[in-house]
Amino acid sequence: MLLEGQYRNQLLGTLSIVLLLAIWQAGALALSSPVLPTPWKVALTFWQATLSGELPYHLGITLSRLVCSFALAMLLGCAIGIALGKNKSLNAFFDHWLVIFLNIPALVTIILCYIWFGLVEWAAILAVVVNKLPNVIVTIREGARALDKDLLEMAESYRFGRRKTLQHVIWPQLQPYVMAATRSGLALIWKIILVVELLGRSNGMGFQLHSFFQLFDVASLLAYSFAFVAVIQLIEVLVLKPMDRNTQRWRR
Amino acid sequence: MSDIRINIINKTYVLEHDRDHNHHAIAGLDFTVHPKQFVCLVGPSGCGKTTLLNMIAGLDHQYEGQIHKGQLGTTPSIGYVFQNPRLLPWYSIRQNIELVFQHQPPVQLIDSLLDSMQLRDAQHQYPERLSLGMQRRVAIIRAFAINPDILLMDEPFVSLDAPTARQVRSLLYSLWRQRPHTVLFVTHDLREAIAMADRLIFLSPAPMRILGDIEVTIARDLRHNDNQIEAFRNQLLQNHSEISGLL
Repeated sequence: MLLEGQYRNQLLGTLSIVLLLAIWQAGALALSSPVLPTPWKVALTFWQATLSGELPYHLGITLSRLVCSFALAMLLGCAIGIALGKNKSLNAFFDHWLVIFLNIPALVTIILCYIWFGLVEWAAILAVVVNKLPNVIVTIREGARALDKDLLEMAESYRFGRRKTLQHVIWPQLQPYVMAATRSGLALIWKIILVVELLGRSNGMGFQLHSFFQLFDVASLLAYSFAFVAVIQLIEVLVLKPMDRNTQRWRR
Repeated sequence: MSDIRINIINKTYVLEHDRDHNHHAIAGLDFTVHPKQFVCLVGPSGCGKTTLLNMIAGLDHQYEGQIHKGQLGTTPSIGYVFQNPRLLPWYSIRQNIELVFQHQPPVQLIDSLLDSMQLRDAQHQYPERLSLGMQRRVAIIRAFAINPDILLMDEPFVSLDAPTARQVRSLLYSLWRQRPHTVLFVTHDLREAIAMADRLIFLSPAPMRILGDIEVTIARDLRHNDNQIEAFRNQLLQNHSEISGLL
């Protein structure tokens, strides 16, 4: 029964995508305008851009920026989040900073970073990190606040020490929060990166999308967007889902 | 290992739901526990027994007085069996036991402890998949495994049904007889205390003080005999009226 249900869901999913493509195809044929190319035209553009190496190059650049800024934001965010979650005075002191940073529009941070540090690579990365960091801190802080005191006492009475306690007692409890921060982080970061590239870089997906906008090249715009969405989906399926399964394996 | 000397003059704490008032937990407590002695601390619920164990374990330093555990300059190892098992749910029960070792965990010792508590078959299970009784046995193994200088046990059989409690108690008792440690065992079950202890310390409701310090004179080999336990209990209650009101 379970398998039948799975097959049915897969079938429904495939049918819905076919329907979407059909509506798109019909709309494109009816309009017959370069503003809405057919799915086939978009697929062809995607294939040509891939073969020429242009799409892989820009996609690679954007992904490397994503990896750098994501890793930095997560590392710093986890460290600061744990510190704030465990120390009430520190949290009371920095809470207002967090609220301010959470509410600064992403565009403002990006522009300020470029103005203050110039149109350089690390200013771009910094702008993304500054945008993402408060979200990670807030999520991890909640995790650190919810740590099981009984288990921490157990670790203390058996003299685990700081490293062992962090690795075996604190970190497993924080994992669901880290996963939440990772998921929301990826979704947020890749959107910010496109704006960062659009405003101040001469390569990457954001830069390319901006060029296509100026040329009204909707086919390329869609081809690049789908490539990017596909990569993010792959990250979800190949990295995040297995990580999720791994952290949940002990649950009943 | 030398004596544990406990001399607490005063201990107060603030309750979560009543932050305006100090709760007076201990008002003068002075006793010494000798090496390898099995001491039962008997007192009503909420009298501060857990607080006392936490202080001995070094988890609570907010008190007036002194607790000497062993020779000056040395820190004795402590095995603590908490009231709830406090196992790490993301590790198997074997990993939970292995984790308390500072260095390489001794495979054979852990195997034999798992055998003696009848848990060998379940060693790779996660704690949440085990019954509470099994989890409690794991917690006892974990405390015994490090061969501690002091073993603290905080009502480890509470909320177990009577047959399971009896079974775990006899497993614990035989384990202790094979490997005697200094034990401080908190309970409010007088029969359980008589069945296991060398000495009973009766504690008053909060603020806690000692109401009686009594040696259990029943020979170790006769402790399985319920009649002996019952007779000792009746005599105790008859001779010490302050205790009978307590229980």
